[in-house]
Amino acid sequence: MATQPLPAVLPADKHRLLVEMTRGLDAQALHWVSGYVAGLAAATAAPVAPVEPEPSTGAPLTILYGSQTGNARRIAEEFARRLRDAGLPVRLVRADAYPVRELKAERLLYVVISTHSTGDVIEPPDDARDFVEFLTGKRAPRLPELRYAVLALGDSSYPDFCGIGRLVDERLAALGGQRIVDRGDADVDIDSIAAPWTVSALDQARALLADAGTPRLATVTPLHRAAPKVSREAPFAAEVLTNQRIVARGSGKDVRHIELLLDGSGLRYEPGDALAVWPVQDPALVATILEELKLPGDAEVECGGERLALSRWLTERRELTALTRPFVAAHAGRGGHAALLELLEPPARQRLGELLGSLQLIDLLRRYPTDWDAVSLVAALRPLAPRSYSIASSQAVVGDEVHLTVAHWNFQSGTEERWGVASHYLAGLSAGDRARVFLEPNERFRLPADGKRDIIMIGPGTGVAPFRAFVQERAATGAAGRNWLFFGNPHRRTDFLYQLEWQQARRRGELARLDVAFSRDQDAKLYVQHRLREHGGDVYDWIQGGAHVYVCGDADRMAVDVHQALLAIAVEHGGHGADAAAAWLDDLRKAGRYARDVY
Amino acid sequence: MSDNESPDVERIKRDSRHLRGTIAQGLADPTTGGIAERDKTLLKFHGSYQQDDRDVRDERRRQKLEPDHQFMVRARLPGGVLTPAQWLAFDRLATRYGSGSLRITTRQTFQLHGVQKQHLKPVIAGISQLQASTIAACGDVNRNVVASVNPLLSAAHAQVHDWARRLSDEFRPQTGAYREIWLDGEPVAYTEDEEPLYGDVYLPRKFKIGIAIPPVNDIDVFAQDLGYVAIVEGGHLAGFDIAVGGGMGAARGERPTYPELADTIGFVTPDQLIAATHHTIAIQRDFGDRTDRMHARFKYTIDDRGLPWLREELESRLGYRLAPARAYRFEHNGDRFGWIEGDGGRWHLTLLIESGRLADRRDRRWLTGMREIARVHAGEFRLTCNQNVIIANVAAGERAAIDALVAAHGLDDHRRASGIRRDVLACVALPTCGLAMAEAERYVPELLPKLEAMLARHGLRDEPIHLRISGCPNGCSRPFLGEIALVGRAVGRYELRLGADFAGERLNACLLENADEAAILQALDGLFANFAERRQPGEHFGDFVARSGIVTPPPRRANRPAGGTSGS
Repeated sequence: MATQPLPAVLPADKHRLLVEMTRGLDAQALHWVSGYVAGLAAATAAPVAPVEPEPSTGAPLTILYGSQTGNARRIAEEFARRLRDAGLPVRLVRADAYPVRELKAERLLYVVISTHSTGDVIEPPDDARDFVEFLTGKRAPRLPELRYAVLALGDSSYPDFCGIGRLVDERLAALGGQRIVDRGDADVDIDSIAAPWTVSALDQARALLADAGTPRLATVTPLHRAAPKVSREAPFAAEVLTNQRIVARGSGKDVRHIELLLDGSGLRYEPGDALAVWPVQDPALVATILEELKLPGDAEVECGGERLALSRWLTERRELTALTRPFVAAHAGRGGHAALLELLEPPARQRLGELLGSLQLIDLLRRYPTDWDAVSLVAALRPLAPRSYSIASSQAVVGDEVHLTVAHWNFQSGTEERWGVASHYLAGLSAGDRARVFLEPNERFRLPADGKRDIIMIGPGTGVAPFRAFVQERAATGAAGRNWLFFGNPHRRTDFLYQLEWQQARRRGELARLDVAFSRDQDAKLYVQHRLREHGGDVYDWIQGGAHVYVCGDADRMAVDVHQALLAIAVEHGGHGADAAAAWLDDLRKAGRYARDVY
Repeated sequence: MSDNESPDVERIKRDSRHLRGTIAQGLADPTTGGIAERDKTLLKFHGSYQQDDRDVRDERRRQKLEPDHQFMVRARLPGGVLTPAQWLAFDRLATRYGSGSLRITTRQTFQLHGVQKQHLKPVIAGISQLQASTIAACGDVNRNVVASVNPLLSAAHAQVHDWARRLSDEFRPQTGAYREIWLDGEPVAYTEDEEPLYGDVYLPRKFKIGIAIPPVNDIDVFAQDLGYVAIVEGGHLAGFDIAVGGGMGAARGERPTYPELADTIGFVTPDQLIAATHHTIAIQRDFGDRTDRMHARFKYTIDDRGLPWLREELESRLGYRLAPARAYRFEHNGDRFGWIEGDGGRWHLTLLIESGRLADRRDRRWLTGMREIARVHAGEFRLTCNQNVIIANVAAGERAAIDALVAAHGLDDHRRASGIRRDVLACVALPTCGLAMAEAERYVPELLPKLEAMLARHGLRDEPIHLRISGCPNGCSRPFLGEIALVGRAVGRYELRLGADFAGERLNACLLENADEAAILQALDGLFANFAERRQPGEHFGDFVARSGIVTPPPRRANRPAGGTSGS
């Protein structure tokens, strides 16, 4: 190991002693020493410098992220940690905390950003809306001295995969920036793209910053906060306490209230956070697929340095219920299916979108029979990714438990059942089973720090989950602010999720108001946005009085309609023009008072 | 049905502004399928009970859902008569908003079950558009006025039905609440004299009036608070014998309650009928016990003071002495099935409807069948207090078409039914009745084949025996007048009662207190064997049981202070 030049924090004699002492030690011994010294530092009780430096103008390297569900943030944080481990000074900043005027001063910028789909339209994550708008607008500066790279996150089962990342990437180039790493377009198995991209980006940064003569810090890993015991890679096997259907007979839905025990995991979560679950495929589906392809489940297959039986690859490691464009392309090419190949051409984009949205792997295999060998199949299928659920409980009330509200997404295809992998897996669990989970904090969906603030919660369907956590937390902490819940679903009789709890909360005053929209209980369809409009005057008054507004649930339709309803309320009750209403809502969002957890 | 659940009913009534309460607000609250507790009491006066499907109560609690609240809506059909157009409208309401069945009650009206709160208003408004109503079908008021359907005496029946309708109209509550809540009527200011007869607190308890036309006591006139026995002389309605203080409810407890048969106290002419009824109701309004709902029925008002007191009080209010009761004779209290020719060559077909439930079930498409008949029938329909239906007033030439529809929809059970099957009464009980302790209607199809097998073994297949099953002791199916009665005590457990007569003039008595099916069947099997062997010619089962001393039915007026007179 080459001796790194040290910053001048030590007196010369101590510096000499240190160099003398560490010379010739192997890595293990050096780590021990660093940990020993870190321990001495902790014992002095001197405040430890924050791990994340405060944003400051002129940092040599900025990582900017825009994240809706927390994945982009997680990747960006991980990347920042590795850069720091490599001794490189980094500013890590969320897009909505980034002062855009600093953009023209940037020399090295990495962007990690996800893409979301609202119907046919792609959108940036809520926290990156301003940044993307600024970047693509007329005020964006020329950036001739900028070097940059973009890691895009997306879901290939939607059309215009990673469109926002591509937009940012192309725009930065158009503004004169120099792309130093090709854009990574990461699918839901993020790490297979993100890992090699971060390696390249790290190498580039090291080379560039070394050339610039930037002072370096020593690599002293143990000084950094220890990685949490539980992570995406090392999930916690949580025991299932309850799996209770919470819609009545006759409901068109199957919604489960699932309680898991985090006992011993050390996991702590906040209302608003999500719990990610590693699903396991239904063995019957795996058997059907193997039978269809006439492949032996016990065949050993090696992929990415791992060797497992084919059936295990399919059960634990690969997506089977979501089709991706790359797989369809591979399947079409391999089978020479002209009809499929045609769908992959740009003019057929919408039809491809429909196919990706409606068919599963088994349907594709049956409709377009194609021979696959085990190794190619495993390589072509998308790796299985964990699924996140907004947590429906507050630890102030449930202690070591975590509660989820899971819509078991299933439907009939001919005589067979189709389902979504994670909800099907969770719906099939019994008390005593264990599910592998980890936490996904969501800093952008937090209760007001000031408990005296009112909150308005709009959560139809399973979107009500985090609001159960919110109301539990606010009741347990004695928050004085009023809570107003808007809930909706098809039928009151069968689909009123947590009805008894809301009624009780209403009686106890823990819910100041409860407004419901049961869309099919009357001739005209009625949704939460209609109830919002109905009570628009009060909604506006609450907001003007400082209330925070939260929206959780369906992104494609509901969140859009609720957004429109809020704009209309600002016009009707605030006397705003259309532009002023948009600005009003935008200001609320920037102030963290209009937060959305939509999917 | 009984409603002794709340000690505060008097206060709720008084504070309700003549039955308005907060019903309208409750209907508008979409966060629950129910209404406020006190409004549930008031809603009864409007003809509806809030119930829930008890089969899924526990399941829904685990699902974090409130009980499956739903509403029973009961119509007010005086004398049980309705036109084909009314029939079709009830059918549409039940099919669209109810649980897909119409139920004929033991007070000869229709009940719809399973109505969701948001549909309550269209259902009640829909019934009101039919020249019918639901007001006072339940509650502490005069309920649906029942009348014999005796098809042999068409002319007398028409007159009696007319009187039933006039009594019903005369003694319905006058409050504007009904119009305001259900018919979008303009709210009117509360006035103290909105209810000239009932006042602010209405009656202490429900009040039942019925008119029987001898020789058929199909309405069980002695089970009424106020029973009238029509005296038909030479084809002409001469007047009515008055019987007072009947009632079926019975319960154990600190202060036991008991069933009681009405006593005949005199005779009134038709033109005296309204006034006599008015003052009888007013006496109960003024003297009925408002401190204990378990002791508030008219029968206790009389038992506490004696029949002479009642007669004096009534005569003093009327301003004349009652004429002595006339003679009459009842032969039975069941229905007669099949075609019967009445006056004027018109025909009447009585169909057997098990437990009064008109629904479509595999080969018995009764709801559909009756709908098809209503589409072609030109006469009227009569519902009976024994839960059956009469297709009345049919010309001879139209019989074949109706017969064809009856056969095509399996409505001809009466042609094949055993003796015991023809005379079963059962209340609704589980899963919707909140008072039920055991199954009743749903138990009938299970129990009957077992009884029929036993009876057949003893050569009694066609022997008419009146069987009444009730899910609780409150007595909707008038179980205390059954030759055999099962009164629910717990799920799968019944009190077995025996020994009532065949015409509704003698109460039965308890043989087994808390018996399961095996014990009941065992006891009955022995009794049937005995009966087959030792009965006297023409003797009915109830009479045989009483004569043999197997049980000892209570004497008439067992609880009534001496001094009363009876014309029967």
